[in-house]
Amino acid sequence: MNTFKFASVSLTRDWHSGELRLIGISILIAVACLSSVNFFTDRVRRATERQATELLAADLVLISSAKIRKEYITKADQAHLTVSLNESFRSVVTKDDKLELTEVKAVDTNYPIRGRLRTSDYLLGAEQYNDSIPAPGSVWVDSRLLQALQVQVGDSINLGAMAFVIDKVLTYEPDRGGDLFNIAPRLLMNRTDLDATGLILPGSRIKYRLLLGGDSEAIDQYRAYINTNKDDHMRVQGIKDARPEIKSALERAEQFLGLAALVSIALAGLAIAMSAQRFAIRHYDNCAIMRCLGLQQKQISRIYLYQLLMLGLICSLAGCLIGYFVQAALTQLMSGLSQQTLPKPSWLPVLSGLFAGLITVLAFALPPLMRLGAVSPLRVLRRDLTPLPVNNYLIYSLAVLALMLLGPWQADNISLTLYTVSGLFLTAILLALAAKYMLALLARLQPHLKMAARYGLANVTRRSNHSIVQIMGIGIGITVMLLLTLVRTDLLENWQNRLPEDAPNYFLINIQPDQVDGVKSFLAHALQYEIELYPMIRGRLTKINDVAVNPDDYENPRASRLAAREFNLSYATKMQADNRLVAGRWWTGESTVEPYFSVEEGIAETLGINMGDTLTYSIAGQEISGHVINLRWVEWDSFHVNFFVVSNPAALKTYPGTFISSFYIPESKRSILIGLVGKYPSITILDVDALLAQVRTIMNQVVRTIEFVFIFTLLTGIAVLFATLQSTHDARTQESALMSALGANRKQIISGLVAEFMLLGLITGLLSAIAASVIELALAVFIFKMDIVINPLIWLIAPVVCCLIIVPTGLFGTRKVLSVSPMLILKKT
Amino acid sequence: MDSENNYIVQALGLGKQVASPEGTLIILDAINLAIKKGESLAIIGISGSGKSTLLGLLAGLDRPTTGKVILNGTDLNQLDEDGRALIRNQVVGFVFQSFHLLPNLTALENTALPLELAGAEQADAMAMQKLQAVGLAERIHHYPNQLSGGEQQRVAIARAFAGNPQILFADEPTGNLDHKTAQRIIDLLFDLNKENSTTLIMVTHDHAIADHCDRQVVMAGGQLTENL
Ligand SMILES: Nc1ncnc2c1ncn2[C@@H]1O[C@H](COP(=O)(O)OP(=O)(O)O)[C@@H](O)[C@H]1O
Ligand SMILES: [Mg+2]
Repeated sequence: MNTFKFASVSLTRDWHSGELRLIGISILIAVACLSSVNFFTDRVRRATERQATELLAADLVLISSAKIRKEYITKADQAHLTVSLNESFRSVVTKDDKLELTEVKAVDTNYPIRGRLRTSDYLLGAEQYNDSIPAPGSVWVDSRLLQALQVQVGDSINLGAMAFVIDKVLTYEPDRGGDLFNIAPRLLMNRTDLDATGLILPGSRIKYRLLLGGDSEAIDQYRAYINTNKDDHMRVQGIKDARPEIKSALERAEQFLGLAALVSIALAGLAIAMSAQRFAIRHYDNCAIMRCLGLQQKQISRIYLYQLLMLGLICSLAGCLIGYFVQAALTQLMSGLSQQTLPKPSWLPVLSGLFAGLITVLAFALPPLMRLGAVSPLRVLRRDLTPLPVNNYLIYSLAVLALMLLGPWQADNISLTLYTVSGLFLTAILLALAAKYMLALLARLQPHLKMAARYGLANVTRRSNHSIVQIMGIGIGITVMLLLTLVRTDLLENWQNRLPEDAPNYFLINIQPDQVDGVKSFLAHALQYEIELYPMIRGRLTKINDVAVNPDDYENPRASRLAAREFNLSYATKMQADNRLVAGRWWTGESTVEPYFSVEEGIAETLGINMGDTLTYSIAGQEISGHVINLRWVEWDSFHVNFFVVSNPAALKTYPGTFISSFYIPESKRSILIGLVGKYPSITILDVDALLAQVRTIMNQVVRTIEFVFIFTLLTGIAVLFATLQSTHDARTQESALMSALGANRKQIISGLVAEFMLLGLITGLLSAIAASVIELALAVFIFKMDIVINPLIWLIAPVVCCLIIVPTGLFGTRKVLSVSPMLILKKT
Repeated sequence: MDSENNYIVQALGLGKQVASPEGTLIILDAINLAIKKGESLAIIGISGSGKSTLLGLLAGLDRPTTGKVILNGTDLNQLDEDGRALIRNQVVGFVFQSFHLLPNLTALENTALPLELAGAEQADAMAMQKLQAVGLAERIHHYPNQLSGGEQQRVAIARAFAGNPQILFADEPTGNLDHKTAQRIIDLLFDLNKENSTTLIMVTHDHAIADHCDRQVVMAGGQLTENL
């Protein structure tokens, strides 16, 4: 017989008789959730990346020490990328007898491609967005330059062979990053004036930049082209190479999103497994009859496999379609919240949706359906002949396998996937075990309870295997929801607390050693607290273990850049509070005379520095060597002054250097700074508020994204609840009809159900709270590496929320049971 | 005494029609029936003749398409579903072919269920008595799946009598039992019926059982005829 044709015929027949509808809808929901998560996160991720691009003022930047070759620009034009060229160099600006070293940047009208410039009309004036660039003959400058040269807006200054009028104060420039502590004041000018300054000469140290903007595909293509056609003196900067704090924010966001998507798959799988189970049980008789009519086991198995594949494909496609619309609706909803328009959805989520749908269906629905092949034809005579249950290990391994298969490309992070899957698995087992013991304990209460409570408890404890699955299924969902709400808030708040409202907003640099005491007492008096000043000595890393350091030896561009640059070194007696030792010991006191180094773990890894290595630095023409005796973890997002390499005082104290500091000054107390500058004119003040605001915006966007994904996880959790309810639907209908025949009124039946769902909610809530707390601790310690105090509210909120979700959903899921006629009891079962 | 009061159950022009793919199906066609207090009545007839449908209407489990049922002096048509539930709880007891015990409750809890639904104070104690009466005092904490078919039906009978009903409705109570067990169940049913002076309305197609009853009616073609 043609099993394929038979499978498609029975698919439509079973669909009409309503039996396959359940499993089909489960797949539909699963894929709809999954693909809308994928569509949406794909877009938001790209939007978030785009926002991060603001820090580059472009999507991609080529930086070169030689003029950018024409072919690169032509290629970019062909790819329809937005192109902007700029040159930057240091030069002296003069006004009368005063001169000041400035960072000149000559830009064209496309600058900046991402982000916006901000200017004010006079020193400390109101800041405004400005979408133009300086007109030829005029420049925009940092307030610091105005202070240094004692000039005002409207005055004229000299740069090279040309005189320029200061037109505006430049207050914000998206790609101002770089080394915060070493930049001279900025001067922004128009590129067309560049030749007239006469500053572009052979041998001038000029950085040429090509800024590029466009959709991510075109950018990726261009990047690939550059990587194969790169000049030696050129490097490429994309979003991923942007500042470390932005990078870590993005990576964490992806971790959260990957986690949520993976959990959605697992929950959907659970719903599908339960539906398939029910479908199989309902088809035992059918299969027995088919076997009697001469069908082979193999043929029956094949029929159901085909049926499943067809169903999986159709429903996955439909799910993708729904996912697309849900995502569009969500985007619409979110457009009010964010001023930014999201990039168009890509087609990738459709493919991944189909793939995930089929994998999920096969892994979770196939085992119970394959039992159908094993139905004995004798069942037509003896109804109790049920095929042996599938080996549970097979089910679990398939489920784990599917999650593994779906995990990595969801999370882009294999270790996270491993953590998640084993975490889910463990949680499921622990929830089931805990539920089992809890139910056994509760069963003893039953004789002491009154009507509704007793009936509810009986339903929960006597169907204990069923309840365990329900508690486990919903429990995983709720646990994840708790993780995503309460725990997420805990973790994220903790994370955001690294950028507290009083995060340092000013840096003081260039403090001379003889000014340290004066500055300290001035600020202690003005701010009412002691601030710390850190010594800073500049040195070039020349040798690691007597091997000369050569930037070209590093493949990693970041490593080679770091190796080429001068380090900001510091010395200290005690380790800074926001640092943590990861290897070795800190030196004790000032007693040590031998030079020691303490290295930040990230840079140690990048540059290949190990514990015990000898580092040699060249400082002001002298060489100093010392052993690395510890590695540190540094909380960079704190915006406190921190150093990659710190020595003991014995090593560096005698070298010439300056001091730096960071602190928070509220808006209302800015006048303190004017007093400080008046007293110590050589000290430079850097405003980091703008940078902080930028980072905070990105973090907020990340939080919002995760909240949206959370809604989908909630939906899959509810799908699981429905699947569990539907698997008890027949029994419930029968029981409800009986209760009604025995004289129970509607209210009594409802209160029985309410008691049952409330009990289920309380147990689930309690167990989920335990699970979520344990996971939170594990996440905090092992992944996010932060200390955490578990929110005590979880013990109240979890059971209440569980009841609020489970009771109404449960009543909705069993509403048909309420309207069942007691006559059912007289019908044949 | 009003003549109506002699009858505990009265069906007046009772009809039931359902919509079917082949058009309207008339299951019951204007049936008239009156049953006296304490009487035992057997309804016989072939499978599918409408016996259960009639029983369901008499017991207030369903609404008729035409006509009315007067149960213990109350016109069931005047009541809503909850009103009829109250009557079922206070006045009526049931025994079914497939026992219909709640699988999640013990024998005792099953028996006590109608009493608890009525809000009785001593539900468990009263249920105990009834289980003793059906000879299951030892098995009160067993769940239905731990009991044999005959034992389950005994629990069902204990439950049916738990609320001291005036009328007992039984739908083929021995249909799922072997002959010997069936005999004992029937004996038990009639004994308790006599003891409690209950009115018994029983559907059966076993003529030997029907012969135990005071009166027999036959269902055929939607009509009821007295089997004299
Ligand atoms: N709600 C209904 N819809 C359609 N047909 C019904 C319905 N209820 C009963 N019937 C039909 O009415 C007939 C009588 O049913 P029933 O009263 O159960 O018969 P009995 O109990 O005598 O075997 C049967 O043919 C049955 O299929
Ligand atoms: Mg019947």
